[in-house]
Amino acid sequence: MIQDLVVYAAFIGYAIGVLMTFGLLLTWVERKQAAVMSDRIGANRAYFRLPFTQVKLVWWGLFHGIADGVKMLLKEDFRPRTYDWYAYMVAPWVVFTPVLLVFAVIPFGGMLDPGRLFPSLAEWFGGRTYPMQIARLDAGLLMVFAFGGMTIIGAMLAGWSSSNKFALLGALRAGSQMISYELVMGLTVLGLILIYGTVDMFDIVTQQSGRVGGLPAWGIVFQPFAATLFLAAAIAENKRIPFDLPEAESELISGYFTEYSAMKMGLFMFAEFIEIAIIAALFTTLFLGGPNLPYMSDAGFAFPGGYEIRMSHGAVVATQVIVFLGKVALLCSFQILIRWSLPRFRYDQVLKFAWKFMLPLALVNLVVTVVWMWARHG
Amino acid sequence: MKKYTYVRRRYWNEPTMSWWERAYLFEILRGLAITGGVFMRNMGKWMTGRKGALTSYYPEETRPDYAAGNRGKHVLTQRPDGRPQCIACNMCATVCPAKVIEIEAAFDPDDPAHPKYPSRFEIDYSRCVFCGLCVEACPEDAIRMAKEVPDFPSPDRTNMWLGKEELLTWNPQRDVAKPYPPAGGAAG
Repeated sequence: MIQDLVVYAAFIGYAIGVLMTFGLLLTWVERKQAAVMSDRIGANRAYFRLPFTQVKLVWWGLFHGIADGVKMLLKEDFRPRTYDWYAYMVAPWVVFTPVLLVFAVIPFGGMLDPGRLFPSLAEWFGGRTYPMQIARLDAGLLMVFAFGGMTIIGAMLAGWSSSNKFALLGALRAGSQMISYELVMGLTVLGLILIYGTVDMFDIVTQQSGRVGGLPAWGIVFQPFAATLFLAAAIAENKRIPFDLPEAESELISGYFTEYSAMKMGLFMFAEFIEIAIIAALFTTLFLGGPNLPYMSDAGFAFPGGYEIRMSHGAVVATQVIVFLGKVALLCSFQILIRWSLPRFRYDQVLKFAWKFMLPLALVNLVVTVVWMWARHG
Repeated sequence: MKKYTYVRRRYWNEPTMSWWERAYLFEILRGLAITGGVFMRNMGKWMTGRKGALTSYYPEETRPDYAAGNRGKHVLTQRPDGRPQCIACNMCATVCPAKVIEIEAAFDPDDPAHPKYPSRFEIDYSRCVFCGLCVEACPEDAIRMAKEVPDFPSPDRTNMWLGKEELLTWNPQRDVAKPYPPAGGAAG
C-alpha cells in the first residue's frame, strides 16, 4: 500500500533524525553536564560566524558536536598493517548498525490516525491507523535482545582484527562483560513479560496507560527492583564508566578500538552515545510507560474529580511524542550523572557483580514475580 | 627452600565498611544525590543569570588575585631619566634554561658611567618557563617579574615576543616591596 509506505517512510526518517540528533547532542550534553557538576564552565568555544558579519553564534557551545564530527572526518585515516583488513573495516559498522536497528521496535507515540491529522487526505488514507513505531513485531522485545547482542560481535571483530595486544585484551573484556550483563538484562525483563503477557512493545506500552491504585500503571511500579537492575545492566552493556573495563585508558590505551582513527573511531563513539539514547528509550518503554502520561488517553486528559481536557488528535500525537522525548532526555541525563559520579570497578569486581550479585537478585525477582502472578491468577 | 606464602599486612587504621556501605546501592544513591545536588545548584545559578562555576573565561577575563610573589611578566627597570637600567651584560640570557632572552648591546657615548646598553631586549614567551633565574642572575636589578602574567593566548607562536618598549612600560615607583632606586645607592 502506498499509504503505508508514506507513513513508514516518515516514521523511519523521524527515528533516524531523532537518534542522530541525540547522538550529536549527547556529546555536548555529556561535557557540559560534567562541567556543571564539577563547578566548571565546559565546552563553550565552537561557534558559527554569520557570513559577511562579525556575529558569532556560540549558543552555549552547542556546535561542539559538529566541530568534533568535522575534525574526525578530516583526520588522517590511519590503518594498521593487519592480516584481516575486511574484519577491521567492517567492525565499526557491525557495532553501529544494530544500535540503530533496535529503535525499530520501540514505540515513540500512541496510535496515529493520519486521516484525522490531515482531513484533506482522510479519503486517501481510508481510516487506516498506525502505531507510532517503525515495525510492530510480535517478537519486539526479543528483537531488541537479538540486535543488542550483535554489538558484541563488532567489538570482538574490532579487537581481533587490529593485530594489537591491547585491542585484543579489550575485546576479550568487552565480550565477557557484555555476555554477562546481557543475561542479567534478559532475566530482569522476564518478570515484566510475565506481568504484561506479551513481548510486543506496542502492547506493553498500551497496557501501561492505565492506573493502579493512585499510581500510573508503569512497569517501574510493578517491578521497581527489576528497573534498577535493568538500568545498571544496560549501562554495563554500554561499557560506560562504572563498567568501562573494555577501554580502560590507564591500562589498555583505548581497548578494542585502539587501532581505529578518524571517523572509524568516531563511529564507535557515536554508537556509544546513540546507545545511551537507546537504553533510555528502552527503559522508558518498559518501565516508564513510554509516551503515556498519567490520566492521559487518546481523547485528552481525564483527571479524577471529573475534570477533563479534550484534545484534538494532532495535539494528542504531539504531546505523546514530546513526552516520550522528554522522558528519554531525562534518562540520558541520569546516565551521564552516573557516569560522572561513580568510580570504575576493578575487572574481577565487574564480573563478580554480574554473576554473584545481579544474577541472583534478578532470579529472586523473577521467582517472587512468578509466585505473585500465580497467587493472583491461579 | 621455604615456601613463601603471601600474608597481607594488617594496618592499625585499616578502613572498615559497615554492612550498609557494603550493600553499595545506598552509597551509590548518596553519591548521586551529592553530585546531582551540585548540578542542580550550579544549573540554578546559570539559569538565573549568575555564574555557576569557579573557572574564569581565561583570555577574556583574567583574575586580579595573583599572589604577591607570583612570577609573571618580565619588567625592565628604568633609571630616573627613563633609560633601561640594563647594562647588556647577557647574564640573564646565559642563565636562562629555556634560552628565550635575546639581547643586542650597543654603545652610548652620552653616558660615560654606563656606556653599554641594550639596543634590543626581547623575550620569547612561547618558550619562557617563568623560573625567575634571570631575575636572580641580574647584577644590576635591571629585570624583575611582575605578578601579572603576560596577556598572550595566541594562535601563532611567532606573535609571542615582547620587545624592549613593552618591557619598559612598568612604572617601578609603584612597587613598594622593592623601592626604587634600590637602597645602597647602586643606581644613578
